[in-house]
Amino acid sequence: MTETQGAQTPLLKIEDLSVAFRAGKEYLTAVDQANLTIYPGQTIAIVGESGSGKSTMAHAVIDLLPGSGQVTGGQILFEGTDIAKTGRDQILALRGSSIGLVPQDPMSNLNPLWKVGRQIKEALVANDVAHGADADRRVVELLEEAGLPDAERRARQYPHEFSGGMRQRALIAMGLAARPKLLIADEPTSALDVTVQKQILDHLDTLTDSLGVAVMLITHDLGLAAERADHLVVMYRGRVVESGPALEILQDPQHPYTQRLVSKAPSIASQRLSSVKARAEIRAQAVEHAAEVAAEVAGSGEEFGEGSNDILVVENLTKVFQLRGSKPWEKTDFTAVDDVSFGLQRGTTTAIVGESGSGKSTVARMVLDLLPITSGRVLFDGVDIKDLGSKKLQLRFRRQMQPVFQNPYASLDPLYSIYQSIEEPLRTHDVGTKKERETKVRDLLDKVSLPTTVMSRYPGELSGGQRQRVAIARALALDPEVVICDEAVSALDVLVQAQILELLNDLQAELGLSYLFITHDLAVVRQIADNVLVMQEGKVVEQASVNEVFDNPREAYTRKLLDAIPGGSIPLASS
Amino acid sequence: MPEPREGQERFVAPIDETPLRAIDAVDVDAVPENQWKEAWKRLRVSPLFWLAAAIITFIGVMIFFPTLFTSADPTRGSLDDSFAPARDGHPFGFTRQGYDLWARTVYGARASVAVGVLTAIFTALLGMITGAIAGYYGGIVDTLISRISDIFFSIPLLLACIVVISVINNTWPNRGFWGSVLVVVVALALFAWPQITRQMRGAVLEVKNLEFVDAATAIGATKMTNLRRHIVPNSLAPVIVATTITLGIFIVAESSLSFLGLGLPQNVVSWGNDLSDAQNQVRSGQHLQVMYLPAIALGMTVLGFILLGEAVREALDPKARKK
Repeated sequence: MTETQGAQTPLLKIEDLSVAFRAGKEYLTAVDQANLTIYPGQTIAIVGESGSGKSTMAHAVIDLLPGSGQVTGGQILFEGTDIAKTGRDQILALRGSSIGLVPQDPMSNLNPLWKVGRQIKEALVANDVAHGADADRRVVELLEEAGLPDAERRARQYPHEFSGGMRQRALIAMGLAARPKLLIADEPTSALDVTVQKQILDHLDTLTDSLGVAVMLITHDLGLAAERADHLVVMYRGRVVESGPALEILQDPQHPYTQRLVSKAPSIASQRLSSVKARAEIRAQAVEHAAEVAAEVAGSGEEFGEGSNDILVVENLTKVFQLRGSKPWEKTDFTAVDDVSFGLQRGTTTAIVGESGSGKSTVARMVLDLLPITSGRVLFDGVDIKDLGSKKLQLRFRRQMQPVFQNPYASLDPLYSIYQSIEEPLRTHDVGTKKERETKVRDLLDKVSLPTTVMSRYPGELSGGQRQRVAIARALALDPEVVICDEAVSALDVLVQAQILELLNDLQAELGLSYLFITHDLAVVRQIADNVLVMQEGKVVEQASVNEVFDNPREAYTRKLLDAIPGGSIPLASS
Repeated sequence: MPEPREGQERFVAPIDETPLRAIDAVDVDAVPENQWKEAWKRLRVSPLFWLAAAIITFIGVMIFFPTLFTSADPTRGSLDDSFAPARDGHPFGFTRQGYDLWARTVYGARASVAVGVLTAIFTALLGMITGAIAGYYGGIVDTLISRISDIFFSIPLLLACIVVISVINNTWPNRGFWGSVLVVVVALALFAWPQITRQMRGAVLEVKNLEFVDAATAIGATKMTNLRRHIVPNSLAPVIVATTITLGIFIVAESSLSFLGLGLPQNVVSWGNDLSDAQNQVRSGQHLQVMYLPAIALGMTVLGFILLGEAVREALDPKARKK
């Protein structure tokens, strides 16, 4: 981070700011007496989980609080003027020209009916920066500046022709269009792949440094915050619980909440040797339990499979999709998965890592027999899943392998109570009497550390992490041997992520489960996986043990993924 | 490391101000609520809903207990009373045929609402089944159902009903109350289902790609089970809204048909028939009261059902629902 010299008067100073939302007759405090200072040209980060008030505080600065929210106390001093008390006109004058905003979700923050260039031009015209042909020229320059190649053509395209990363670049161009003094970046990359996230943040860094723009970065990831900002503000339940120089906070966290963040956040935890040791212990226990299960399977002759050590073997798996060609009668082939082979041993975890579009989820869906295989084989405990002729065998196979999906908002039927959701697999397989099934559901909820009171509740009332625990309970209902986690923690806050990873680890040790763990984030891999498959454009580019991949990556692509782990380069205090 | 600048010194909040909570703790006291319960909660506070409910309840009482409102017989009249003014026991006077006007209006509700409700039910069933099959199975089945529904959709509803009922009139002339209602219902439903089919198909297409459907497949649920357990229940909301709103439209359609002399036969007491009789009065401009009363009753009923549809739509709107 470069220090900006000279300017010693704060650009933005927030003093004892309180923001409340009206709910009926009551006021709910969202931000409680928060303080914060930004100097010109400086990058600071506000870190906190969802609901901590970090976005609310940022929105208060540009007067974009939703209808029921209002500032109930304190000051927001922008260059010495209290903008919390000034009129709307002055705020309007500040917006865009002095304070820019890069919003969170690149998918919904561009108007789909307008060309991207026109939307940036609007920002220029609204702030009186440029008009007419001047503005058009400026738009192209801004897009080039934001790192979009072929900017002239891109300016004439619509948002749907842009990828997520490109849209975010366009939004950055828009935020910086009027050369503001302060740029508020509200989780600018949380919807993007880690590698794209790194590219965009790197670019934002150089750009704001050269323009001398101060940045207020809002994020839930402490590692990312510490890497990008020199001053950190940690928020928890509406209050600033700790603030100060980034390195100091990371190496010597004082508030218990910050300590929790530092010890649990996967991006930081992945660096620690202790995570490697913890994983080795879990694997040892899991393998032992799994061996007992295997012996049972091999001995009984009743169970599905042979009880071999390789619970899952994938050979030359290929998936070709037929896409619509340029003419209605033409079809083009698209190879989503290209000759992928790997094995999963009992009681261990194999992770498949790659960016979106790398084919990793397609592999998972084929292994689960949710998608027909184009060529290659999937052997479950020695049995080819294509040769399951009878319905009965198919059902037996289903019992042995269960998925946990990514989106905690879509993976549970909203009309099913939690009890019904977890009971569904038992009912489908006619397991036990009604009473026995209820006992089993209670037992499963206990396993995933949820109180039994949630049984009568519905998914809409639970948080993302809680739903994911319900999904895990449902997956375990039939006592499977393999659980396939398709981006199972990607949509969650860092602490909840860590919690779910811990739960998965504990369950693996206790039950001897084998996991196939699909993720785009290498950071989580070290805590849960033993072997890694790195996929790029449908092909496996590297395949090795986790430690090998982290300590001695062979492929440039793997190194790129490792570099993209936020906070990976920050020296931690010895722990 | 450079010294922190003023206002950016190290700060640690007192721990007792924001004590740590368990990560992702469950609110144990909350009351369970699903989509339907939530919708009901929103309906309960909607003035629109209560207005609709009041109108529909009133009509309902009129249908099931007409004697509470009038002691006169709507099918007995004397020409002596033709257009006679109101008198004791006959609060709105008499029609051209000497029937009690109020009694005709009260008893007419039965036919109109029966046609509306039955047609709505038939249409919804037909549309839901075809829409669910088209959306879920896709491919050639979808193409077939969608094209057939397009063809039916392109035929004007009333015109098609006129043709169908004219044909039936020739082959089954004397069919009594329920027979007449059935013919109108079948004729309307035959040409109105594509609208529901489209709604249902769209909803199913959206729901069938959600992960909980994959999760059920991975459990071992068959396609049929999946459709029945997860997909159809989650696709119902837009269909219910569309059905309530079309109910009002069907009541109007029945009246239009009766007005043209093709809906319910003359011997069935219905608002449409009464309006048809009253049209002569429009030309002469005299005794217009025989038109006003059934027209107001018809208007109120349709309004009631359309308001109900609107209130239900607001309550079920996914945008208003909390995520």
